[in-house]
Amino acid sequence: MQRSRFGHLVERLQSSWKFLVIFIPYAWLLIFFLAPFFMVLKISLAELRIASPPFTPMIATDPSGATVIRLIFDNFGYLLQDSLYLNTYLSSLKISIGSTLMCLLIGYPIAYAIVRSTPVVRNILLLMIILPFWTSFLLRVYAWMGLLADQGTINDMLIWLGLIDAPIRMLYTEFAVYVGIVYTYLPFMILPLYANMEKLDASLLEAASDLGAKPVTTFLTVVLPLTVPGIAAGSLLVFIPATGEYVIPDLLGGGNVLMIGRVLYNEFNANTDWPVASAVAIVLLLLLVLPMMLYQHIQSKEAK
Amino acid sequence: MGPKRSRFMFSVLCFGLAFLYVPMVLLVFYSFNHSKIVPIWGGFSLRWYKVLFQSEDVWAAAILSFKIAFVNATFAVMLGTLAALALVRFGRFRGRTLFTGMITAPLVMPEVITGLSLLLLFIGLQGLIGWPAERGFTTITIAHITFSMAYVAVIIQSRLSGMHMDLEEAAQDLGARPIRVLFDVTLPRLAPGMLAGWLLAFTLSLDDLVIASFTTGPGSNTLPILIFSRIRLGLRPDINALATIIIVAITIGVILFGWIMLRQQRQREREIQQAALN
Amino acid sequence: MSSDSDPILTDRPWLDPGQEPFIRIQAVSKQFGAFVAVDNVDLDIYKGELFALLGGSGCGKTTLLRMIAGFETPSSGRILIDGDDMQDVPPYERPVNMMFQSYALFPHMTVEQNVAYGLKRDGLDRGEIRDRVDAMLEMVELATFRKRKPHQLSGGQKQRVALARSLVKNPKVLLLDEPLGALDKRLREQTQYELMNIQDRLGITFIVVTHDQEEAMTLSTRIAVMDQGAFQQIGTPTEIYEYPESRFVADFIGSANMFEGRVTGHSGNIATIAVDSLPEPVRVEYSALLHDGMKAWIAVRPEKIRLSKTPFDDDSLNVVQGIVEEIGYYGESSTYRIRVNPGLRLEITHPNLRRPRDGRHVADWDETVYVGWEPEAGVVLTH
Repeated sequence: MQRSRFGHLVERLQSSWKFLVIFIPYAWLLIFFLAPFFMVLKISLAELRIASPPFTPMIATDPSGATVIRLIFDNFGYLLQDSLYLNTYLSSLKISIGSTLMCLLIGYPIAYAIVRSTPVVRNILLLMIILPFWTSFLLRVYAWMGLLADQGTINDMLIWLGLIDAPIRMLYTEFAVYVGIVYTYLPFMILPLYANMEKLDASLLEAASDLGAKPVTTFLTVVLPLTVPGIAAGSLLVFIPATGEYVIPDLLGGGNVLMIGRVLYNEFNANTDWPVASAVAIVLLLLLVLPMMLYQHIQSKEAK
Repeated sequence: MGPKRSRFMFSVLCFGLAFLYVPMVLLVFYSFNHSKIVPIWGGFSLRWYKVLFQSEDVWAAAILSFKIAFVNATFAVMLGTLAALALVRFGRFRGRTLFTGMITAPLVMPEVITGLSLLLLFIGLQGLIGWPAERGFTTITIAHITFSMAYVAVIIQSRLSGMHMDLEEAAQDLGARPIRVLFDVTLPRLAPGMLAGWLLAFTLSLDDLVIASFTTGPGSNTLPILIFSRIRLGLRPDINALATIIIVAITIGVILFGWIMLRQQRQREREIQQAALN
Repeated sequence: MSSDSDPILTDRPWLDPGQEPFIRIQAVSKQFGAFVAVDNVDLDIYKGELFALLGGSGCGKTTLLRMIAGFETPSSGRILIDGDDMQDVPPYERPVNMMFQSYALFPHMTVEQNVAYGLKRDGLDRGEIRDRVDAMLEMVELATFRKRKPHQLSGGQKQRVALARSLVKNPKVLLLDEPLGALDKRLREQTQYELMNIQDRLGITFIVVTHDQEEAMTLSTRIAVMDQGAFQQIGTPTEIYEYPESRFVADFIGSANMFEGRVTGHSGNIATIAVDSLPEPVRVEYSALLHDGMKAWIAVRPEKIRLSKTPFDDDSLNVVQGIVEEIGYYGESSTYRIRVNPGLRLEITHPNLRRPRDGRHVADWDETVYVGWEPEAGVVLTH
C-alpha cells in the first residue's frame, strides 16, 4: 500500500513537472511583460491629475454610488492636434527608414564579402563584426561625439588637410543621428544577411554562370531574389529599434532632432504627464506592430 | 573569382571594418591624453585613469551593474531554458500562441516602452501591495530578466530544434523517466547554449541604459546611467578612460572565448581524424 | 573522310587517326594549396562520345569536370574545346553546359523559368525561347509541370528539369556531375537508358562524372578510371573490365581474385607464374612485356572460375581444391567463397542455371570442391 501511494505521488510529480516548466516562465511574462503593457494602455486612457498616482482611475464610483468605467481618448486626440507629436513621429520614421536603407547599402556588400572568403578568414571577420556588438552601446555612441564635435577629430583632420577653414557643424544635427544609428545597428543588418547568404547554395551561382549569366546578371537574377528573407530580417532588426531610439538622438542629435523615443522619455521624466506619455507609447507601438508581426512571421518561417 | 572582384570585396571589407573600429580606437587613444579637453592632444598621461579609480561613485555604479548583470543572467538562463523547452518539446498546450508572442515580443519592443511599462507596473504594485518599497537593484534586475530571458529562449530554442530526439529516446528506452532524461541528456546537451545565453544576458544587462533609467530609483546608479549623465554634457576624458577599460576587457573576453571554442573544435577534429585512422 | 564509310570507326572515333579530337586536355594539373587534385593529365574526347570519368571520392574527377566548365582554372596545362583554348574564357561564355550533382535548380523560379534562364541570357526573342522551352519540356515529359517550383517536384522530376535546362542551349558538350547519384536504384536504371537515348538523338558530346562503375559501364562509350588525380586506364567498358592494366583497375572495376607470384617461364602467349600461396604454378595468357623472375600478379574474375564437386577432365585448366566457406545467394547467381589454404580464399560467381534442389546448391557449406580456370580467363598485371 505504502508503495503504491508513493508510486502515485511520483506519477503526480511526473505530470506536474511539465506543468511547472511551462508555468514558471509563463507566469513571469504575464506579470512582467503583459500586465505592464495593459497598465500603459489603461493610463493612456486616463486623465492627468495633480496627485499620486498622477492620473485618474479607470474604474471609479460616481456621485450617485454606481461604478463607472471612464475611458478618455483626449490624450490621443491631443497627439493628433499638436503638430509637435505628428512631426516627431514623421521625423522618427524618416530617420529610421533612411538609416535602415543606409545599413542595407553598407551591410549587404560586407555580408557578401564575408560569405565569399575562406572559412578561416570568415570566422575571424564574423568575430570582428560581432565584437562591437558586445562592447558598450553607450560608449560606441560616445565615440562619435568625439569624432563629430566642432573640435572633434573629423573637423581637425579636414582643417589640417586644408579642405575647410572653419569647423563644420556635425554633432547635434540629423546627420549625426544617421551616423550613430547606422554605426550601432550595422551588425544587426550584417548578421541576418550573412546567415541567409551562407545558406545560399554556391552551385546555384555556378549554374547561372554556366547558363550564360555574367556576374552582374547572376547577382540580380539569383543572389538578390534569394536573399530577400535576409534583407527583410536585417531591415526589421534595424528599423524597429531605430524608430524608438532614445540614446542616439539624445547624445548626437541634441535638442535639434525630433525622435519619438526621446520625446516619450522627456514627456515622462520632465513633465510627468503620464497619460500623454502612455498615449505616445501606444501610438509608437501601433506604428511598429506591422513590422514586428512581419518579423515574427519571418522568424517562424525560418524555424520551419 | 577574378582579381578585380576580389579587390572589390577586399576594399568593401576594409571600409566596413574601419567604419566599425576607427571610432573605438580613437576613443582609446584619447583616454591617454593629458589635456582636459578630449580632442586636443596634450601629451601622454594616465591622469584620467587615476581620476577614475579614485572616483567612488564610479566604483559603486560598477559594482551595482555587475551585481544586477550576474543575478539577471542566472535567472534569465533558467527561465529562458524552461520557456524554450516548453515551446520546442511540449507540443501544443493551452495558451501557446500567447506564450510564443510574449517570448519574442521583448526582442523587438522599443526600450522606452518596456521601461515605461515596467515602471508603471512597479508604481502600481507599490500602491496596491506595498511592494516594491523602493526602486533600485530588485526592480532593475526584474526588468532585465524579462527581456534577457527572451534572448536566452531564442538561443536555446534554436539549439533544441536542431537536436534530434534520438538521444532522449535512447535514454527513455534504457529506462530513464522524463525528469532523469531532462537532467541526464537534454540539459547537458544544452550546456553550451546556456553558457552562450548567460554571457549574452550578462552583457545585455551591463549595456542597458534606457530600461534601467526607467526602473531605477534615487541613489541607484548603474554604470550606464552614470556614464550617460556625464557624457550628456559633453566629452569627458575620464569617460574615455572608463571606455578603454571596458573595451579592452570585453575584447579580451570575446577573443579568449573565441580562441577556446576554436581550440576545442580543432581538438575534436583531430580526435575524429585520429579515430578514423585507427 | 574515311570514317564515313567505316561503321566501326564511326562508333569508335578514337581509333580513327583522321578524326580531330573535340575536347583536348593537355598536361592539365590543378593544385589546391599543397594538395594535387589533378596531376598532369592528357585526354582527348571525340565528338558524339559519352565519356565517363570514373573514380572514388577525391580522385580528381569532379575537379577535372569543373575545369572544363570553367569553374576552376588549371594550375598548368590547357583545355581546348572545338579547337579553342579555354584559358581565359569565363564559364558564362563557354560552349558547354553542366548538369549539377545537386541539380542547382533555382528555387525561386518555376520549371519553365529555370529552363528558359539560359536562353534569356543569350538574348533570344520571346517566341523562340517559348518554342525551345516547350520542345525541351516535351522531350523530358514535364510539359504539365511547367508552372511548378522545384520543391514541388520529385527527385526524378528535378533531375529531368536540370537535364532540360542544361540541354536547351544546345551546348557543344554537356557535363554531367553524378547525374543519377540522387536517384533510387530503379529510377536510376530507367533514367540511364533515357540519358543514352537523348544523347544518341541529339548527338551532343556527354562527359559524365560518376563513382558508380555499373553506371559508367552501361552508359559510356569510353571510361577513364581516375585515382589520385591521374588516369589509371582509358578504354571502352569491355577493355577496362576484361583487360585491366593494373591491380587498381582490376580491383576497382568489378571484383577480382588476385594472386601474387613470380614469372618462371613464358612461351607463345602463355606465361607460367609461381604463385606464393599455391603449390603448383599457374598458367595464364599474357600480352604485357614479361621476363623470367619478375614479380607479377594474376587477376581472375569470379565468374570466369568453374566450380565442381568432381575433378575436371580438361587438363589445360589451372585447378585447385578448396572448402566452401560461404555462399551468397543473389537469385540469378550465387557467390561462393572457397578456402584453398589459410592464406588464400577465392571468390567464384556461379550462375544458378537450375533451381537449387531441396535448398541444396551446386556445392554446399564445408564441402570440398574443385575450382578451375582457363589460362585465357586470367590477366597478368605487372603493377
